Amino acid sequence: MIDKTTNQRAWLLVLPVVVLVAFNALIPLMTVINYSVQETFGNNVFFFEGVKWFEQILHSERFHAALLRQLTFTGIILLIEIPLGVAIALAMPKRGPWVSVCLVLMALPLLIPWNVVGAMWNIFALPDIGLLGRMINGMGFDYNFTQQPLAAWFTTILMDVWHWTSLVVLLAYAGLSAIPDAYYQAARIDGASAWSVFRYIQLPKMKRVLTIAVLLRFMDSFMIYTEPFVLTGGGPGNATTFLSIDLVKIALGQFDLGPAAAMSLIYFLIILLLSWIFYTLMMRNEAQ
Amino acid sequence: MAIELQNVTRVVGIDTHIHATSIKLEEGRFNILLGTTLSGKTTLLRLMAGLERPTSGEIRFRGENVTGMPVQKRNVAMVYQQFINYPNFSVYDNIASPLKVMRMPAQEIETRVRRVAELLKIDPLLGRMPGELSGGQQQRTALARALVKESDLVLLDEPLANLDYKLREELREELPRLFHATGATVVYATTEPAEALLLGGYTATLHQGRITQYGPTAVVYRQPVDLLSARVFSDPPINTAAIHKRGEHFHYNETVSWKATGKYAALADGPYTIGFRPHHITLAPGNAEAISVTGKVVITEISGSESVIHMRVGNDTWVSLSHGIHPFRRGQGVELFLQTDRCFYFDADERLI
Amino acid sequence: MAKITLDRVRHSYLEQPASPADWALKQLDVVWSDGGAYALLGPSGCGKTTLLNVISGLLQPSGGRVLFDDRDVTGVPSDRRDIAQVFQFPVVYDTMSVYDNLAFPLRNRGIPEDQVKSRVQQIAGMLDLQGVLGNRASGLTADGKQKISLGRGLVRSDVNVIMFDEPLTVIDPHLKWQLRSKLKELHQEVGATMIYVTHDQTEALTFADNVVVMHDGQVVQIGTPVELFDKPKHTFVGHFIGSPGMNLLPCEIRDGFPSFLGHRLETAAAVEVPPGTARTEIGVRPEFVRFGDAGLPVEIVRVDDVGRYRIVAVQHKSHTIRLVTPEDVALPESSGHLVFDRDRTNVYADGWILE
Repeated sequence: MIDKTTNQRAWLLVLPVVVLVAFNALIPLMTVINYSVQETFGNNVFFFEGVKWFEQILHSERFHAALLRQLTFTGIILLIEIPLGVAIALAMPKRGPWVSVCLVLMALPLLIPWNVVGAMWNIFALPDIGLLGRMINGMGFDYNFTQQPLAAWFTTILMDVWHWTSLVVLLAYAGLSAIPDAYYQAARIDGASAWSVFRYIQLPKMKRVLTIAVLLRFMDSFMIYTEPFVLTGGGPGNATTFLSIDLVKIALGQFDLGPAAAMSLIYFLIILLLSWIFYTLMMRNEAQ
Repeated sequence: MAIELQNVTRVVGIDTHIHATSIKLEEGRFNILLGTTLSGKTTLLRLMAGLERPTSGEIRFRGENVTGMPVQKRNVAMVYQQFINYPNFSVYDNIASPLKVMRMPAQEIETRVRRVAELLKIDPLLGRMPGELSGGQQQRTALARALVKESDLVLLDEPLANLDYKLREELREELPRLFHATGATVVYATTEPAEALLLGGYTATLHQGRITQYGPTAVVYRQPVDLLSARVFSDPPINTAAIHKRGEHFHYNETVSWKATGKYAALADGPYTIGFRPHHITLAPGNAEAISVTGKVVITEISGSESVIHMRVGNDTWVSLSHGIHPFRRGQGVELFLQTDRCFYFDADERLI
Repeated sequence: MAKITLDRVRHSYLEQPASPADWALKQLDVVWSDGGAYALLGPSGCGKTTLLNVISGLLQPSGGRVLFDDRDVTGVPSDRRDIAQVFQFPVVYDTMSVYDNLAFPLRNRGIPEDQVKSRVQQIAGMLDLQGVLGNRASGLTADGKQKISLGRGLVRSDVNVIMFDEPLTVIDPHLKWQLRSKLKELHQEVGATMIYVTHDQTEALTFADNVVVMHDGQVVQIGTPVELFDKPKHTFVGHFIGSPGMNLLPCEIRDGFPSFLGHRLETAAAVEVPPGTARTEIGVRPEFVRFGDAGLPVEIVRVDDVGRYRIVAVQHKSHTIRLVTPEDVALPESSGHLVFDRDRTNVYADGWILE
């Protein structure tokens, strides 16, 4: 609630953003809402259908299955990437020439376009010519992600961890470097164990950035599309058909605009709701 | 430039940062806002600068209402507690920056920057970067940037708080002189009573978002209008005692009494409060108005030439400041002399009588 | 508690220090006896924080030894030196209650919970923290947090030394007074060896029985507050301690007594100037100069009323001299004569006192 001095010219500066948001968010959103309550058989003829599509989606087993896959995937991703990211951040050097080397190495996966990541891993994990695929098979496992659901999941998760853990590392590292040396010195003097230092100094001080990391990783992984699409195309069968892949199948594959629109709205509300829950839970202690 | 606040308030959410405040700062004066952390000093400065807008009331510069005017148009300069300089500009470019914004000819910028740098004794450092300077030199650069603008109003928010003791001493002496020469109206916020006294000028004492008193610094120090102002303007903290007047005498704790003289003779019987500064209760008997008080020593702090004795008298804890070295032990009985003619007498509402 | 000995301690942050300027700490020999209150005083960059880190074990000195009693602890890490430290900015464990903060060092050492409880209660009593033991530490004000930092040091019975690194920096002036005298009171109560690092002469002098004044990585003088005030060994000490600092005036020595621009001054005893001296000065504190009927003729150029006394700046030729006069002493109109207290007028040769 900080109100600044009134300056009407300020509106001019905000105008481009307003226009941008209108075109890339508000107008598409209104279109989607419009589609979600109508039926069309082409030729731009629309019939009003009310909430029929919403009911259909909410009761559809296909949607339930995709949602369950999505929740499982996101859950696993968060459980791996957050602790791993924090652990790597803790292991990184605090100062010296190696800091920038580590930071650059960490940032590399984040710079690679998503479809390239998918294509890379596709080739990398192929059982006949891919390095990873051959290695796993060489160790005696029967591994073929294009045919086995479990292998497909394993590969997708591994790819996502490779691609995105760096983000958690960078955020956690920023949080760690903001802790004054005096805290570590005081803890050493107090005879605190490494675990106590983590539990009572590092974790509380990293809480804000970790909240952001969890939120970002949650939202991104919940909306994941490009990488599994390129890697597995949602298969084998429907094994890695996550919500967004399913959505695209309905909207563009089957051209069912109404159900697809209804589904994207439900999808959007789920993300909003879960993000809100995460945020409130993680910020609750802060307020006390 | 004369600056006037008329019934200015500042409310943020449910917190009132500034209660209705009216004050007029005359042109060219050196003004001090004295108060503890969170007493509203910074908010008042920001209101004057135009960085915050009052919730109600008006702010006038030379009689003109500037309440809604943005900071860029007010021709004010501000210096903060943190040393704020452009890190990738040289000292010269830092000082020149406000003039460049004003599109002043390079020739004139050069003369002005050099003159101000000389005043602040940083002329040999003009080619350096802020990172290569000591704290004192960095703050001098920030001050030079404020001076070079020749603003009508200069706002300083605890500018010396982050400096070493000795550097502070030096700048404290220079600052009033520097700004006096420019004719600017200066508002200087500080938490330290000693600093206010050294700077001189005019002082407003602040307490919880209210100005309790405003006047020439020495007057505010020697004639506080109420106990609150006296407390704000005392370092070491002022001592207080609840006393009773009965007939011709004031009584403290039933053990000490003294005759009410002068204007106090006519006071009605009843409870009063006295406030006295530590150097007015000393080990030396002093004049005829001094009365003897005995207490128990809590702690003695000795600087090189003075002794600060913290002691318990009845239920009160007082601090005494005496010349000389007096290493009393903890728990030792001590006799001190209170100069009753130097006491402030406050009524039941804690207003000075 | 322990006696602390610094034996030829020196430190450089460079691998190969070449010139004297490369040493953050030049050679240092200090002995601090058990249970004393000491201060390290000096401007920023004088090496006092380096020295503090050497004592606490956060920094390994380039040379020399640190002894606690007669045990060489130079190579011992800080968590095994049994020391406590209060930092410039309050360090508390935000998520813990005040009680848990105070109990933390004890619990880390596996002390039984009933002993922890009685010890924490006792320390909380000394620090006036009983009322807030159940509160979260992050909600306290700066002075409360500093008390917790101090309390974490005090709860341990095995502490060799408690160190303070400018602990009053973020405290408001009126609370500074309270906390400062509280520290001194605690020192007398528990009898711990305490080392207080500061650039503020008032804090150093009022807290410590013995003050080490540092300048440019060197100890300039070690002494009681009174010694530092009355007989500063070096002009730096004279200038740095006291507000305003000591007046320094160039002089010539004739027959063992100084003369300032032809004006002969008295000192307690005759001095002898060592051969090869480039510069001799008189040093006299503003507190020991007063106006008199006869003496050095001066013009008054400025009077600052600072409340309980006034600082008067006077000039003789182009030299400025400051004097401190009590608030009720009358001043001459515009010019007068200065009298110097002969027992407190010191003579310095190239910065060092002549005795």
